[in-house]
Amino acid sequence: MTIPDTRLQVMWNRLLAVVEEQGQALIRAAFSPIVRECGDISAGIFDASGRMLAQAVTGTPGHINTMAEAVKTLRARFPVAEMRPGDIYMTNDPWIASGHLNDFLLMMPVFHSGSVIGFTSCTSHLVDLGGLGMGPEGADIYDEGLLIPPCKLVSEGVVNALLLDIVKANSREPIANEGDIYALIACCEAGATRLHQMMLEFGLDDLDALADHIIETSRRGTLAAIAALPKGTWRSVLTVDGYDAEIDLHAALTIADDHLLLDFAGTDPCVSKGINVPLNYATAYSVFALRCIIGPDIPNNAGSLEPFRVTGPKGCILNAQAPAPVAMRHTLGQMTPDLVYGCLSQALPDLVPAEGASCMYDLPMRNVPEASDPFALELVFNGGTGARKQLDGLSATAFPSGVWGSQIETTEAVAPVLFHRRELRMDSGGPGRTRGGLGQHIEVSSADGQDILLFLSVERVRNAAKGRHGGGDGASGRIRIGHDGPDLPSKGEFRIPGDKTLVFETPGGGGFGPPQERDTKTVENDVAAGLVSAHAAKSIYGGQE
Amino acid sequence: MTTADDVRLAIDIGGTFTDTVLIDAKSNVVATTKTATTPHEPAFGALEGARIVLEKANVGWHQVAGFIHGTTLATNALIERRGARVVTVTTAGFRDILEIAYERRYSQYAINLEKPDLLVPRTHALTIGGRMDAQEHERHPLDEAAVDALAEELRALQAEAVAVCLLHAYANPAHEARLRALLVQRLPGLVVSLSHEVSPEAREFDRLCTTIANAYIQPLMASYLAKFQLQFASEGLACPILMMTAGGGMTTLDAAARLPIRLVESGPAGGAILAARIAAETSEAEVLSFDMGGTTAKLCLIDNFRPQNARKFEISRAERFVKGSGMPVRIPVIEMIEIGAGGGSIASVDWLGRLQVGPESAGSDPGPAAFGKGGEAPTVTDADVAQGLIEPGRFAEGRLNIDRGAAEAALAKHIGAPLGVDALAAAFGLSEIVDENMASAGRMHAVESGKDLGARVMIAFGGNGPLHATRVARRAQVRRILIPRDPGVGSAVGFLYAPVSFEIVRSRYSLLDKLDIDGLNRFFADIVKEAEDLVRTGAPQGALTQRRTAFMRYHGQGHEIEIELPARPMEASDVAFLQAAFEAEYSRQFSRIVPGMSIEILNWALSVSSPAPALQAAAPLPPPTPVKPRETRDILCDVAGTLKPAAVFDREELPLGATLRGPALIIEPQTTTLVSADFSARVDGQGNIWLTGDPEERP
Repeated sequence: MTIPDTRLQVMWNRLLAVVEEQGQALIRAAFSPIVRECGDISAGIFDASGRMLAQAVTGTPGHINTMAEAVKTLRARFPVAEMRPGDIYMTNDPWIASGHLNDFLLMMPVFHSGSVIGFTSCTSHLVDLGGLGMGPEGADIYDEGLLIPPCKLVSEGVVNALLLDIVKANSREPIANEGDIYALIACCEAGATRLHQMMLEFGLDDLDALADHIIETSRRGTLAAIAALPKGTWRSVLTVDGYDAEIDLHAALTIADDHLLLDFAGTDPCVSKGINVPLNYATAYSVFALRCIIGPDIPNNAGSLEPFRVTGPKGCILNAQAPAPVAMRHTLGQMTPDLVYGCLSQALPDLVPAEGASCMYDLPMRNVPEASDPFALELVFNGGTGARKQLDGLSATAFPSGVWGSQIETTEAVAPVLFHRRELRMDSGGPGRTRGGLGQHIEVSSADGQDILLFLSVERVRNAAKGRHGGGDGASGRIRIGHDGPDLPSKGEFRIPGDKTLVFETPGGGGFGPPQERDTKTVENDVAAGLVSAHAAKSIYGGQE
Repeated sequence: MTTADDVRLAIDIGGTFTDTVLIDAKSNVVATTKTATTPHEPAFGALEGARIVLEKANVGWHQVAGFIHGTTLATNALIERRGARVVTVTTAGFRDILEIAYERRYSQYAINLEKPDLLVPRTHALTIGGRMDAQEHERHPLDEAAVDALAEELRALQAEAVAVCLLHAYANPAHEARLRALLVQRLPGLVVSLSHEVSPEAREFDRLCTTIANAYIQPLMASYLAKFQLQFASEGLACPILMMTAGGGMTTLDAAARLPIRLVESGPAGGAILAARIAAETSEAEVLSFDMGGTTAKLCLIDNFRPQNARKFEISRAERFVKGSGMPVRIPVIEMIEIGAGGGSIASVDWLGRLQVGPESAGSDPGPAAFGKGGEAPTVTDADVAQGLIEPGRFAEGRLNIDRGAAEAALAKHIGAPLGVDALAAAFGLSEIVDENMASAGRMHAVESGKDLGARVMIAFGGNGPLHATRVARRAQVRRILIPRDPGVGSAVGFLYAPVSFEIVRSRYSLLDKLDIDGLNRFFADIVKEAEDLVRTGAPQGALTQRRTAFMRYHGQGHEIEIELPARPMEASDVAFLQAAFEAEYSRQFSRIVPGMSIEILNWALSVSSPAPALQAAAPLPPPTPVKPRETRDILCDVAGTLKPAAVFDREELPLGATLRGPALIIEPQTTTLVSADFSARVDGQGNIWLTGDPEERP
């Protein structure tokens, strides 16, 4: 009897399990709220030539592709012949790692019988890298904090103490940073140990046959999925709020026989605030959006990712070049799926949802400087997702990010704030044959009469999520201080007086298909449930008031 | 008063089988049986099981001094959506706690995902004015003027049960209690579940879900329990019935009827209790319990003879075993990971040519192809049959005939053909995949708990546990395995070793350096009284023990660590002890502490227990006695990947001290133990089989 390919598949499953284990271990040890709430980490295993074999499915799509490319870059930078067991390399260069300084990427060669047979790698979001801190106000990357170019962090098991001291000396949270870097080191080492154990258990001398099996199987599946698509080029433009002026994002999606090419040519140039997006990060979110529709059940690796290619002119806001500021690159990065879907929906009208709120609605609040009790809240809320052909959009649900929303009780326990309301926004879901998901209506004020500082960096205040194929737009986001206060812009720093209430309304998703075609009974159910007003049911859906 | 002739009875009603176990006053198992579950009238199957074991042991009902019952009825009612019409009442302005949840999709790439059905549609979500804050203060009084209208709405919605969850009720329950009183005045007989009684923890979404789930099954379980008691009383049962809970303790029928959510998943808890007891009897401080049945496998970590606790799990997942696709329930439970890997798990080949096993199960009807009851899909059991690991005439006490040809045909058609291999290779591949799945689940569970599997003893039971133990252990780097006696009815045996107990976890946020000791002692005095009153109704005599714990973390972290407190009122000097204990445990899990970072406490837990039945004195290890097999048979060796002759033994014929080497099969009525070629076996003084991996023989 010969052992069939199932043995290779068992090992593939093992690699997938190992990277998930590494991911969980990183999240458990992390100090950064964004890691905890969003799972903003990654872990991967690579073969000797730097091809990615397995990557953890973590909370945010921001590491898809970026890690695969980063390891190739680091491997090319440092000669394999000079690597020793116990060495670990590191960088937080936004253009190599993951789009902004907070994301640190580590890579470790794995040795077996004296030679390098592969690599483990992991990424985590560190709390603070100095500079102006997390926000869009930096004028360039130098304002945003400390950049560590690719370097050797650990040499044959010995941590470079000077390097660690530099990272700590340049941070407002040195203890947390040190903890997170040690967690990354432990993650690389544990992955390497598991990989080594697996090779002993299965009697492998190298990963070549396994790597070929994983990559070829995944490539074959991805190409089969692409073969089923219509061929051609489709174009789309998405207008976003930007910082102080609207920005046009352009995309052309070409579906060829053996690959997809996404080109951002025509996109507006970078701006002076830190919402610019390095191409690796724009690519991550764009490819994520495509992979949700095309071969979503094939794991991410060199084979499944290779047919997805993304390009853009240097200096456009989706291919920002150093030294552009990029700290808040996720604000626009999270909008790229809607841009991509604008193209793809022309090719696959039935499979692509309408636009959604997309950008998460962070609500960072801090004490004013004169307050006696300091506090800092990083609350996360979301709007509605776009309607799907057969299904309504999801109300108050994160997409494309996988962020967790906040709970009122735990929030009020740790900071002097009091919520007065958190409910779905009636009529905020874009009307359609299927309806967009609803946004939320949130009201919050100080619990002790002190003023509160608010830092906004959201989207879709001026540009609502559009419907598709005759579906209506979702409601825009709307933020104001006091019910009768003026509407605030989507980005900037504001002060909430101690006796005023912040009214924070998240956007709804777009509708799909003409609302008049929505099933009458379904509209009645929406009215009964209070999701759609009787007035809208009549005026938009054509039902009985 | 108990006497030497007294016996105790345990009945575990599962989805397919009802397991019944009888033990004597010295905790020796005297009779066991498996009978078919009778879903329409579960007590029938239970009564049949009870009569069989009483007859086998030749004792009468009057000698039954203890009766412990566990049932999947509560779980099934939730999964099959057979509960009451529930209406929720939450704080005004917060109608959508359920709809908004954690704002998260449980599957990242699923564009057509639907959110889990959480039992209460928005039309049935009502609100009432009034507001407490996190510091226990009333910000706005309860809007009593609105209660008439609320009662009217409940009537109009034909509410069969009401779930009340007001913001910060865990800190100050006055509004919830008052609201129930006002509603019951207006609607006598209304069934009301209050969040601060069901689950007094912060996080409004989890607490509301738990309260809904409790309300949903309350009418059903209350009537079931009343009827069950009546039926056994008329049969002659004179002692009170105690119910097994998910937390691994027993509780009274009254408490169970009030908080039926605590009965969910009590069967698997019984298995963990059994493993913990065996760990104590054999002095094994680090154990992995592995319970593999027909549909799922359950793995649980047991440290220092105590199963790991959790405070949250998910019920009725939309996608089985996918985290986040179900309804979170926050009650004290034994922490375990359950995956869709059992004898009935179905294998298939996907469009990429990947072999997949589970989570779909062929169940018991039609069951695996080898059962010959019309099942066509190849299952884990079919693969074991094809590899020669199951003796056709002796499966499941010989009540099921095994058709090896049907198993091989199903494997060849659905796995072999698409992969281009024969039935035997297909069977081998299928086993490798499912064993890898279970080992991965175990490793992941350990990582999530900050623990390691390598040094542990695996205690394997359930109908398929002993058969897959060596194959899973090898992949998890585990080298020692223990197969207890009566492994096929492990959960029911575990029931008989559980104490009467009640656990309360309640939120009370504080920074460690600002701890209000007097306030905390008053807080504990309240919950101690509540728990002791409840335990006393089930265990009127004997000393009660307390276990107090705090859930602590560094400020800003998301992961809490459980720290045990002294079982007495706190003193100011205990703060330093708490900090030291936290730092010790933190550095054990993360290899370092974080000096200068403040420490916060979110929740406090109290468990009150009656004494568990005394352990049996460890018998001395008998001298090794090599034994001769009854016969040899060709099996597919999981180490070599080729057919090899395996020695076949009957477990009941193995003397204490028996030693043997793999490859071998040890057969008993309800299961078979596979001793792989790289393991050897030895029977200890209590009749447990120990399997030890031989590193030299590893592939």
